[in-house]
Amino acid sequence: MRDVAVIGIGMTKFGELWEQSFRNLFAEAGQKAMLDAGVDKLDSMYVGCMSGGLFVGQEHLGSLMADYLGVLPIPATRVESACASGGAAFRAAYIEVASGMSDIVLAGGVEKMTDVDGGMATYALATAADAEYEGFHGATFPGLYALMARAHMDRYGTTSEMLAHVSVKNHNNGSMNPNAQFPMKITVDGVLNSTMVADPLHILDCSPITDGAAAVILAPVEMAEKLGVKPIRIIGAGMASDTIALHSRKDITVINSAKVAAEKALAMANLTINDIDFAEVHDCFTIAELVVLESIGKYKPGEAGKAAMDGATALDGEFPVNPSGGLKSKGHPVGATGIAQIYEIVKQLRGEAENGRQLKNVKRALAQNMGGSGGSSTVHILEA
Amino acid sequence: MARTLTARVWREQPQRYRMIANKDKATGEVYFPPRVVAPGNLNAEFEEHQLSGTGTVITYTVIVVPPDPYADLAPYALAIVETEEGARLTCQITDCDPYTVKIGQKVKFEFRRLYEDNEASVIYYGYKAVMI
Repeated sequence: MRDVAVIGIGMTKFGELWEQSFRNLFAEAGQKAMLDAGVDKLDSMYVGCMSGGLFVGQEHLGSLMADYLGVLPIPATRVESACASGGAAFRAAYIEVASGMSDIVLAGGVEKMTDVDGGMATYALATAADAEYEGFHGATFPGLYALMARAHMDRYGTTSEMLAHVSVKNHNNGSMNPNAQFPMKITVDGVLNSTMVADPLHILDCSPITDGAAAVILAPVEMAEKLGVKPIRIIGAGMASDTIALHSRKDITVINSAKVAAEKALAMANLTINDIDFAEVHDCFTIAELVVLESIGKYKPGEAGKAAMDGATALDGEFPVNPSGGLKSKGHPVGATGIAQIYEIVKQLRGEAENGRQLKNVKRALAQNMGGSGGSSTVHILEA
Repeated sequence: MARTLTARVWREQPQRYRMIANKDKATGEVYFPPRVVAPGNLNAEFEEHQLSGTGTVITYTVIVVPPDPYADLAPYALAIVETEEGARLTCQITDCDPYTVKIGQKVKFEFRRLYEDNEASVIYYGYKAVMI
């Protein structure tokens, strides 16, 4: 296996982007990433997307996106792992470059979610769960994470206030991110008094419906040096699966796919979680950030809520989490999210983050991207 | 969206109407819905097993913002229930104030109408749980 680096990054603004089409979102992000890397050709590309079929009635995304990025006739493949589609696309691109099969590979992610109404979007998202045995009975995604939250509260004494602190922190971070969908600061009371979606999760515990795309360029480390680009090395890669239905798991207060993926990535990098300076994790709901931080071994079971309350995961805390604003504030165009996490990590490790959210003295970071209620998870570790 | 054809509906009826699970003959593990392959054992042999119809709430939520098919029903309680046989499933807890459901609550399953899909002309039936 060759050493691989990220040599270019690009993303669109995240939000309700009425003016922009599915294909143009992807092309904009891809163009920005290629210009950033200083490359005008690709050897191959991967497109992470959860549900072009249900959101815009379009499949065959490898062809569509390679066409509109103007890079025909390279091999182009769509990768799907629900909300972890971006992470899975990044993994596929990493493997292709590491293997020596290709030199310059684009990993992108995209979702256009606002061309359908809220009911259809909810339905499309629910297909990431067990359609026949969860969705059929009236489970929604907030509902599944609410089941997890209730179990976590019952076992560990986690409170709604702890969950609210996750949201407040991520909105504070997002307020400094020019690409964020909801860059406004919120308060704990604001979260607790917001509309209930699925008890105990309020609307301000939930990530939004978002349009957006992100792309990154991967290449062998030595090529980055030739291009004169500062290489951000990929030193760990892990992926794992778990049951499609939340109810099939013995313990629903831990996400085993995140745990196993993190173990694999850390073992590959020959590091422990305490060697990591900050993380972008999949906060599709506030409870998810807490459960993931416990599952990847950063905090003991039941202690991530207290860490959030104490500010340990804030920008100036001992382990900043989601400096981008996370899915909560930045937005969650599902297929793009895993790539947008890599985008933020590369920005931070290059020292290029905007508006005062730049972290100091950071060398290594972890990205955790998750599908469904944890049925799949990817973890990547990057180093400056 | 394509209309659902009836084979997809009747195929699941043994599970939705009668709660038919299967049991690994060697380990006694009960799977709902029935599995073709036991986790980690390609050679497991199964026998049909009807769930007894009672269970315990493992965790719950109250769905306030429902998916379209259940738009008229919200707020409703949704729970993960561990059946007496150990297999777990997701279902609604009905015939109660949804905010009174608690972890550890004993329930029994009943056959109920779930929702109608007018486009496909299908009325879906299945299990819900009531407190005992």
